[in-house]
Amino acid sequence: MTSTTEILRETAARLLASGAVEMVIGFRQGTIPMMNEPCFVRKPAEAGLLVWDSHCGINLANYVTDRKEKKIGIVAKGCDSRNLVTHILENKIRREQLVVIGVPCRGMADKRKIAMKCPGEILRVHETETAITAEGEGFTRTFEKADVLQHNCSLCTHRNPVIHDELAGEPVEEQQGVDRYADVRAVEAMSPEQRWKYFEDLLAPCIRCYACRNACPLCYCPTCFVDESRPQWVGKGQDPVDVRTFHFLRAYHCAGRCTDCGACERACPVGINMRLFTKKLEKDCLELFGWEAGLSLEVRPALDHYRPNDPNDFIR
Amino acid sequence: MRMLLIDRRAWQEGLKRAAGQYGLIGPVKEKEFHSFRPLKPGEMPDLAFQNSRLSPKHVVYPQTEPMFAYTLDEAREDRHLLKEVRREIPPRAVVGIRPCDAKAFVLVRLNFDTPDVQDPYWLRAYEATTFIGLGCNAPCSSCFCTTAGCGPFHEEGLDLLLADLGEAFAAKVLTPKGEAFARTAGWTAEAPAGAQSAFQERARAAEGRITSFVQTDHLKSIPVNDLYNAPFWEEVSFSCINCGTCTYSCPTCWCFDIQDETRGKSGVRLRLWDSCMYPLFTLHGSGHNPRGTKLHRVRQRFMHKLKYFVEKYDRGIQCVGCGRCVRLCPVNIDIRRVCNMMNGFAVSGEACAIP
Ligand code: SF4
Ligand code: SF4
Ligand code: SF4
Ligand code: SF4
Repeated sequence: MTSTTEILRETAARLLASGAVEMVIGFRQGTIPMMNEPCFVRKPAEAGLLVWDSHCGINLANYVTDRKEKKIGIVAKGCDSRNLVTHILENKIRREQLVVIGVPCRGMADKRKIAMKCPGEILRVHETETAITAEGEGFTRTFEKADVLQHNCSLCTHRNPVIHDELAGEPVEEQQGVDRYADVRAVEAMSPEQRWKYFEDLLAPCIRCYACRNACPLCYCPTCFVDESRPQWVGKGQDPVDVRTFHFLRAYHCAGRCTDCGACERACPVGINMRLFTKKLEKDCLELFGWEAGLSLEVRPALDHYRPNDPNDFIR
Repeated sequence: MRMLLIDRRAWQEGLKRAAGQYGLIGPVKEKEFHSFRPLKPGEMPDLAFQNSRLSPKHVVYPQTEPMFAYTLDEAREDRHLLKEVRREIPPRAVVGIRPCDAKAFVLVRLNFDTPDVQDPYWLRAYEATTFIGLGCNAPCSSCFCTTAGCGPFHEEGLDLLLADLGEAFAAKVLTPKGEAFARTAGWTAEAPAGAQSAFQERARAAEGRITSFVQTDHLKSIPVNDLYNAPFWEEVSFSCINCGTCTYSCPTCWCFDIQDETRGKSGVRLRLWDSCMYPLFTLHGSGHNPRGTKLHRVRQRFMHKLKYFVEKYDRGIQCVGCGRCVRLCPVNIDIRRVCNMMNGFAVSGEACAIP
């Protein structure tokens, strides 16, 4: 058990016992290796269920959308906290409803990456602060954590929660000098034909389950445009045009809001890196407006207000 | 029952020969994962896999399937008439399907082939297909087939069952369809006693390697309303994001939607996979949704598989224990845990055992 787990349990039990919160949302131990399950606890005695390790990649901000409780404790790593900020700005939850239990984060493990580096099925996984060990029948492999992080985590520059009322551990050092957009630049550099082909390949395995959308805290619309029937914006079959329409439009709906938490990519059952689309818009937002989503409760997001000193000529 | 011995050369040559008369479909590794798709001329199925990422149900039941075509051209006599789109399906064989996935078709058939209604699309595809199974020598830790009415060498739904003996396959011929395929492939060598007992040995060893189980013995007798109103659904459903991955990847999930797609003056009526995990699945035209929350939807999925199905057909649970939903659910909702909670609910009356 890591000490973060102990602090979380102690904090949750204390908040529940004092009545400061009605529930605490966090993670419990999963039933298979490298998977933990989002859960809630309502009684101090249940706080022992909570765990923390490198397999808590789901974005928990998704679980507070429109909740009615007056006080909710929520465990939040850096990206979760940024999505909580976005949620608050977009009126999906009020700041007063939340007691944010921040967890300074060292990155989440990419379970597919680890599985691919192992010669057989992984049966057990354990970790230290800097290494992850996977064991299966007849093999044990230890990886530097830095080598098996989710791609988005390896590029993360906001590991410490941006808002918190409690902190489960010492702040971690933020990664410096990260080149966040090498992959986007590579696509930008392609010719239109190459890019078209690249996207076609990228999306070919998509089964349109929408796990990527549903794992995303931003996608809280009561009826997503792909589900509308009057008018029907997009066909429902496997036609590649419809598949692409879904992905491109969803990415635009997340422009200036996406925190690159990686929940979408992590959820995809067929391993599609649809983050590339949201990242392109994230890059545009940064370059055009100097905007990074979810960093402050005080500043309105780039795409929902107007500044007289806007750098773009077309808007003045 | 006849058992054949197929050495590596006979295997390759046999498949090449069979390809003349059957469309061959097999597991192929593309990018990271295996999936079942038609083999290209000369291409061999890649049998170095535990199981395909998604189930091979699409072979019989495509995710998107045109059922009817129509024209809206008022100048035409046949305007507004739905005309069947007939998918001609020449004989084909799925090579290397796992026993759980073959058994799943047997369960799905209960839905598409009833005394009152026979679904021509599903049945035509099913009947045109020969299923050549590959026993699992090394099941995954999340497979629980042996307690889900199936097993790593289960025969139901298969025409031929292979055991990989290393240097050769031992193949049990299970049906006339299997016999016909073997004949076409030129597999005629009878397996000697040694290979026959090696087959049995593999099957026994594989069963012994299953480490994960569900209990289902009480599901039938617990009153349906007790389970429906059980207190654990909020806890079970909390983490669900209603993504439908569990149902899309499941070999036994059969639900579909019907959509018309019109382009200009002509159109097609499509059948598309659908999922009880989606709010749209039950949304009424009035705007009312009888399964309006994820608790309703998660409960529906488990109640259907583990209770309604059990009661309606008396054929066990609507699950073959392939473990895909367990492995692929992005938030780790585990049917084994839920099944055991439901099954245990009867025993203890009200309090549920949370394993
Ligand atoms: S893709 Fe767009 S419409 Fe759909 S849920 Fe996300 S934000 Fe809403
Ligand atoms: S999660 Fe993956 S398969 Fe599902 S819709 Fe998104 S990209 Fe497609
Ligand atoms: S895969 Fe998991 S999260 Fe997705 S709908 Fe199924 S149970 Fe819910
Ligand atoms: S319910 Fe899950 S384990 Fe059972 S057959 Fe479907 S995918 Fe496999």
